[in-house]
Amino acid sequence: MNAIVTPIKSETLIVIGNGMVGHHCVEQLIERGALSQYQVHVYGEERQRAYDRVHLSEYFGGRDADSLAMCDADYYAAHGVHMHLGVQVLEIDRERKEVVTAEGRQPYDKLILATGSYPFVPPIPGAEGNSRLVYRTLDDLDAIRAAASNAKRGVVVGGGLLGLEAANALKSLGLEAHVVEFAPRLMPVQLDEEGGAALKSRIEALGVGVHLSRATQEIVIGEEYAYRMNFNDGEYLETDLIVFSAGIRPQDALARSAELEIAPRGGVVIDADYRTNDPSIFAIGECASWNAMVYGLVAPGYTMARNLAALLCGEPHQPFSGADMSTKLKLLGVDVGSIGDAHAATPGAKSYRFIDEANASYRRLVLSEDGKRVIGAVLIGDNSYYDTLLQYAQNGIKLPADPSSLILPLSDGAPTLGADALPDTATLCSCHNVTKGAVCCQVDAGITDLGELKAATKAGTGCGGCSALLKQVFEHELTARGVEVDKSLCEHFALTRQELYGIVRVEGIISFAELLAKHGRGHTGCDICKPAVGSILASCWNQPITDPGLIPLQDTNDTFMANMQKNGTYSVVPRIAGGEITPDKLIALGAVAKKYDLYTKITGGQRIDLFGAQLHELPEIWSELIEAGFETGHAYGKSLRTVKSCVGSTWCRYGVQDSVGMALRLEDRYKGLRSPHKIKFGVSGCTRECAEAQSKDIGVIATENGWNLYVAGNGGMRPRHAELFATDLDDETLIRYIDRFLMFYIRTADKLQRTSVWRESLEGGLDYLKEVVIDDSLNLAAELEAQMQLVVDRYECEWANAIKDPEKLKRFRTFVNDQRGDPDVHFVRERGQRRPAHAHELHLIPVTEEVL
Amino acid sequence: MSQSNAVRLQPSENVSWRALCSRRDLVANSGVVAWLDDEQVALFHLPETETGEQVFAIANKDPKSGANVIGRGILGQLKGDLVIASPLYKQHFRLADGCCLEYPEQQLQVWPVRLNGDAVEIAAA
Repeated sequence: MNAIVTPIKSETLIVIGNGMVGHHCVEQLIERGALSQYQVHVYGEERQRAYDRVHLSEYFGGRDADSLAMCDADYYAAHGVHMHLGVQVLEIDRERKEVVTAEGRQPYDKLILATGSYPFVPPIPGAEGNSRLVYRTLDDLDAIRAAASNAKRGVVVGGGLLGLEAANALKSLGLEAHVVEFAPRLMPVQLDEEGGAALKSRIEALGVGVHLSRATQEIVIGEEYAYRMNFNDGEYLETDLIVFSAGIRPQDALARSAELEIAPRGGVVIDADYRTNDPSIFAIGECASWNAMVYGLVAPGYTMARNLAALLCGEPHQPFSGADMSTKLKLLGVDVGSIGDAHAATPGAKSYRFIDEANASYRRLVLSEDGKRVIGAVLIGDNSYYDTLLQYAQNGIKLPADPSSLILPLSDGAPTLGADALPDTATLCSCHNVTKGAVCCQVDAGITDLGELKAATKAGTGCGGCSALLKQVFEHELTARGVEVDKSLCEHFALTRQELYGIVRVEGIISFAELLAKHGRGHTGCDICKPAVGSILASCWNQPITDPGLIPLQDTNDTFMANMQKNGTYSVVPRIAGGEITPDKLIALGAVAKKYDLYTKITGGQRIDLFGAQLHELPEIWSELIEAGFETGHAYGKSLRTVKSCVGSTWCRYGVQDSVGMALRLEDRYKGLRSPHKIKFGVSGCTRECAEAQSKDIGVIATENGWNLYVAGNGGMRPRHAELFATDLDDETLIRYIDRFLMFYIRTADKLQRTSVWRESLEGGLDYLKEVVIDDSLNLAAELEAQMQLVVDRYECEWANAIKDPEKLKRFRTFVNDQRGDPDVHFVRERGQRRPAHAHELHLIPVTEEVL
Repeated sequence: MSQSNAVRLQPSENVSWRALCSRRDLVANSGVVAWLDDEQVALFHLPETETGEQVFAIANKDPKSGANVIGRGILGQLKGDLVIASPLYKQHFRLADGCCLEYPEQQLQVWPVRLNGDAVEIAAA
């Protein structure tokens, strides 16, 4: 017997701070096996584990704390890291090498400071409460959301990157947003004068007020709004809330009180090995100052985290030598890019500029004195130039004969830097330091799926800015190796669902046989293509799915218009639109359930599910339900399920609109609509949101002026909040937008893709969707509405259709040659109802077929 | 006008064909279930295949769930073989010999079956 060797954890390592950089450092330590060497403790001041601050504004767009989290909830515990969340470190006792918290004292051998930064709020008299909000943490965002609930206008102080993000957040909360900046232009650090001007005109066009060269002197009580900001030039601006986003300061308070060396402009001084003047203490990220510079971006923070983890594991590592502050983002929907020396501050630097005042686009290319290298660039309005320019700047790639072509509007012949022109050393993802060579390695190792590539290399999982380039390089490398990126539906159709949908529409195909003959292979199809095509045909033409030509295409649930349960029996869900039901109908439903001894349960969608019916009982059950005035609930279909509602203004003292009335109208309109996956709606009568509409594919919330429309939420395995899509709509506009949204989803989604996943996969995201649905950018709106109207007009209750037709009913027999039920279906009684018997309750009945 | 399924019987005196149900009980390109003594037989009718009209008979019990549901699955063809996908866990069984494509250790019984005039006949040994 071998002796079990327990690794001796000789040293204790403490990480203070659980932001993106602190988390990345721990992740790197885990990956490098540091946990066998160190006992690791992590202290995080916030309640939440590390989350993605780069995408913080999406918190108002529907993402919650959990979906923003950088790792699974059990990640730290699973790797043996001691996590102390919501615990503030009060003191570092360097003499005794201990940290002091409310929990007590924890000794350390090595200590990493990753405390990040805090928002700087200039000392302005009168700034307090809702006139002194900041934008940094999830708690800050909750405070902003609370303040916004009774507000009409919001001001952000600070016109930098974060300030514009904050303005976007206010806008997404439905406020009139204003930005007040001290400097004479927006984003003064990253942009030059023309760039700032182009950005300003773009942002003003979006309805955001921009006030430059303004210093706020005091905040007093307002007349029209809650507060009045008095500026240095005698002007004023009134507002209901103020968010300060005037820059960040390194969070170096702990280091200061521990008397570590602090840089003159703040930040813990570190050397190239991330070490402070105390050799056991390191600092990384925004709290650290290297060469009198603090790096306020995630990529340099990740570089520090990665290298420090390597150093602590005794692996080769890169000493820190500064970082590229190039950045590409979408601020308020406007592309903004800044690379390297954007201001052409390098002596002798030469610039090319492209200014398009008509479209408020601006591009500047900065070259070295000898004109041979790109050293900087500014982009406003179109970031499609960014990836190429960054590669030129970072990799010193030789310029084309006419460098101006790099920023001139693209014409067919313009030289773009293709994926193949990049050297293997070119960094694609700077957050995780993934080179083109690393991607090629993975392709050589056999990866053919972009998701797998991201999982294997982490490329594109940091700020996400490289996603497009990564995909381009990946697909190029696959093609170069002769790998065809296979998007076939199955072996019978070498087409995607979207392509098949287009063919069915354009060629007016109404049967599977015709589609297979013209565009597929074989005679029969399979259980992948048949239901997919069945769904497409139903979405387009809405013929009864019980028709003989369509029935073989349906999954068993659609075939028998009920939900098969584990023992082969079915559950039945009649439609109870909006969750509204008369006592008589409730009694009728109960009588049917009692007569057939059906297990009865209320569903999450305000309906009633009746379980345990055998196939031959379904027609009788439905005859009685139809007699009592019910129609099918489509609980079995990839189609509209329910429209959940609260009682709204009819009963509720808070209600501002008739939510039940709207729910009934919506459910009546879209019932029977078949789609790539199931669809759920919710309608709430006020902002208290009792119908939980924000967890639905379509959420409608009443306002005093009409309805707010939310789209693409869902519950289930991976919950996602719906995103605010349009506000204060009247009834007709609401329905028009839903028509367009749903038909556009049906037209472009993949098979079995919920609206949430579809929306996340849309290039251009929510803004693009708004352009298509609201602004009709594709000139499709009328067509989509007409297509929906056809489906609505052709609605017929499938069960009523089947009940009338003896030919259709003949399939609803357990045995075609015998009256008996399935003798293998066994129930036991529990809590007054019957349920399927468990295997161990069936002593004498074999539950599985013996292997032949 | 008789077509039998792919399990060809060796010519033998022991085999007797017996009527199971009527042709009108079948559903084109789909399945129904018949009672055969104490067994449940799923019957699939394919009016048009590469080799003409075909009927298959295969055991109705899904080995994975223990439920009698095979007759309610979707017919398909994978790599040339006609298959039935179980409606609960979607594994595929070859109609010709009852073999499961995903779990080769699972095999369903199959019976020779034929159309004889209006009758669906099964060969029970």
